[in-house]
Amino acid sequence: MSTHHAAKPGFLGRYVFSTDHKVIGLQYLITGVLMAFIGGYLAYVFRMQLAFPGNSIPGFGELVPQQYNTFVTMHGTIMIFWVAMPVLLAGFGNLLIPLMVGTEDMAFPTLNMLSYWVFFLSTVVLLGSFFVPGSAFAGGWTAYPPLSADGYVGTPFWDGLGGHLWILAVALEFVAFLMGGINFLVTTINMRAPGMKWRRMPIILWMLVIAVLTFVFAVGPLIAGAVMLLLDRTLHTGFYNPAAGGDPILFQHLFWFFGHPEVYVLLLPSLGIICEIISVFSRKPLFGYRAILYSTIVAGVLSFVVWAHHQFIAGIDPRMSSFFSITTIMISIPFAIVIFACIATLWRGSIRLTTPMLFALGAIAEFLIGGVTGIYLGSSALDIYAHDTYFVVAHFHYTLIPVVFFGGLAGIYFWFPKFVGRTTNELLGKVHFWLTTISFNCAFLPLFILGIAGQHRRVFDYSAFPSLMAGELTMLRQIATYAVIVMLAAQILFVVNVVISFLRGPKAENNPWQANTLEWSVASPPPHGNFDPYPAVYRGAYEYSAPGRSEDWWPQDAP
Amino acid sequence: MDTSDTMTHDVASIPAMSEVPRGRIAMWWLVASEIVIFGGAVCCYLMFRFRHPEWGALAAHTSTPMGALNTLVLLTSSLNMVLAHSAAERQDIRAACRNMIMAMLLGCVFLVVKAIEYTAEIRQGYTITADLFWSFYYLLTGLHALHVIAGVTAIFFVMLSASKRRHLHRVEMAGIYWHLVDIVWLFLFPLLYIAG
Repeated sequence: MSTHHAAKPGFLGRYVFSTDHKVIGLQYLITGVLMAFIGGYLAYVFRMQLAFPGNSIPGFGELVPQQYNTFVTMHGTIMIFWVAMPVLLAGFGNLLIPLMVGTEDMAFPTLNMLSYWVFFLSTVVLLGSFFVPGSAFAGGWTAYPPLSADGYVGTPFWDGLGGHLWILAVALEFVAFLMGGINFLVTTINMRAPGMKWRRMPIILWMLVIAVLTFVFAVGPLIAGAVMLLLDRTLHTGFYNPAAGGDPILFQHLFWFFGHPEVYVLLLPSLGIICEIISVFSRKPLFGYRAILYSTIVAGVLSFVVWAHHQFIAGIDPRMSSFFSITTIMISIPFAIVIFACIATLWRGSIRLTTPMLFALGAIAEFLIGGVTGIYLGSSALDIYAHDTYFVVAHFHYTLIPVVFFGGLAGIYFWFPKFVGRTTNELLGKVHFWLTTISFNCAFLPLFILGIAGQHRRVFDYSAFPSLMAGELTMLRQIATYAVIVMLAAQILFVVNVVISFLRGPKAENNPWQANTLEWSVASPPPHGNFDPYPAVYRGAYEYSAPGRSEDWWPQDAP
Repeated sequence: MDTSDTMTHDVASIPAMSEVPRGRIAMWWLVASEIVIFGGAVCCYLMFRFRHPEWGALAAHTSTPMGALNTLVLLTSSLNMVLAHSAAERQDIRAACRNMIMAMLLGCVFLVVKAIEYTAEIRQGYTITADLFWSFYYLLTGLHALHVIAGVTAIFFVMLSASKRRHLHRVEMAGIYWHLVDIVWLFLFPLLYIAG
């Protein structure tokens, strides 16, 4: 088997069924970005329905209630599982881990390729489910029973084939990320270059490793729970059916035992990207490397005991609510430490406001709003009022959009020269940043106000609620919708920038940002096999502006 | 020990941080991910079990002797895998393959006994929808049976390559997985069969 690799692979072997971690990383990244446009289109359609109920939607047509439910469900599913996960964890993880630890590829390249193609299959299954009778799943991205578990006696809920396919697609995706995750762990544990001690690793590697560990340990119970849901749907068992002695709340526990750590699975790689970028463009060592590291570990552990804050109104014991309120508010402490460390890194730095730096700073600023409103919601007393309103919707978009889109775009702009070998246009990038930031805030700030005014989630048409049809509330919904359109349109600039730079951007140097980590010491794009000879590591990743050196950076592999 | 299983070129030149072969590390992480899957399912079962003391009477309808026989069968096959591993370390291909064939056969015996049990239970009307206890019984034992099938398949392929003196280190990996399958059963047997 191994001897055949010596032959030069053809087009298929090099770009499609490649075992090279860089190609696989780009495949994940590109798939995720394409899925983001589908998720964004779905958001456009249902935002138009909410702002202008009953009108025909340009570019879509008339939306019926069942379609609305499908679109909301699939928007959430796609954005979390098919955008955030492949871009932040699988995409950047694959691109960066072998280069940053200083080795030629992942520990198991074939398994890595398999991981992407299982993920690709899951994408096909998910998108295919739009075209089956009954269309795609419409029971919410959290798939709560009984809505998701049809066929209980006398309660025909959502019984389309799309529901089976949804579970299948998510299951395949979990398999793909488990394969990828084990690869990440083994590579980081076992394949670091000589001298790459744990304490010298770039912080993003720590964040990726802790994210993978969190994922691996959180996903198991949900896999069991998904099998039970599938049995409820197909064989009509009663795991979640109270009439048969089951309990629908059980699924909520299983889902959020995974679902909440999942938030940190997405947040950590993104924070890692932000830390790297802020240190490089402040020309200063990352402030408090160990504080960040320990905070991340603490957050990873705490993330397993906060899940029931999603269930304060599900009828759980009030004593349990107090416990989960306390843990939820506690988990903001480690993240506050990380954010303060980022801000302290900026302090008295020689800040360069490049496009990736703008996105990284934007991510921190916007994420603060998401984080602080999370503290409100963590208190069960307030959550009982705000739960299932747009306040919650605004809150989690203020956490996830900075993390996934701002963090992800920062990473893409930052590493584009390395992996494509060409430089992106700074002006286009900055316009893209400002348009995205302004429209993002205009789209989601109104939702906080609407939520406090009592606007519930998952309602197709507010015309039936006179109090919610007041002039200023209608106006806020329309402002939010217009802003979403601007935000989506702004991404055209990104696509144009990436395509033009890819085709005829200026050739990138090996180390255009004067950064320290190992990936910048090889050619852009790095050749197959990455290093020749293998590097040795002499110091940590953040030796910027070291006294007594003429250059203000000091690569990890420079003796 | 040979670790040059999946690498594309000269392995000796790749610096590695630890002496532990990467396959073994990966295997332990796989085991960890399996433990949380079964752990989740077993915890769900336990929470219901405490709420339903009457399930003790239903559990009496499972066949403890058959379960005990299967426990013995799986434990013996695990012993075979240990012997196969030590034979592979000694480069004793013949003994390694013989023991792996025994482990696979015993895995199949396990599945046959399980099938006989299922048939008897279904004949008596204890189907997967008969009661929540039986839903959990079929869920847990079914998931476990799938892992037995996966384990036998894995041992089969490891044995094929081992018989040609290739990838001998994989005997240990298959063994780690097979012990997991065994240990999961050691939890399921008392929980589903014995606890009255």
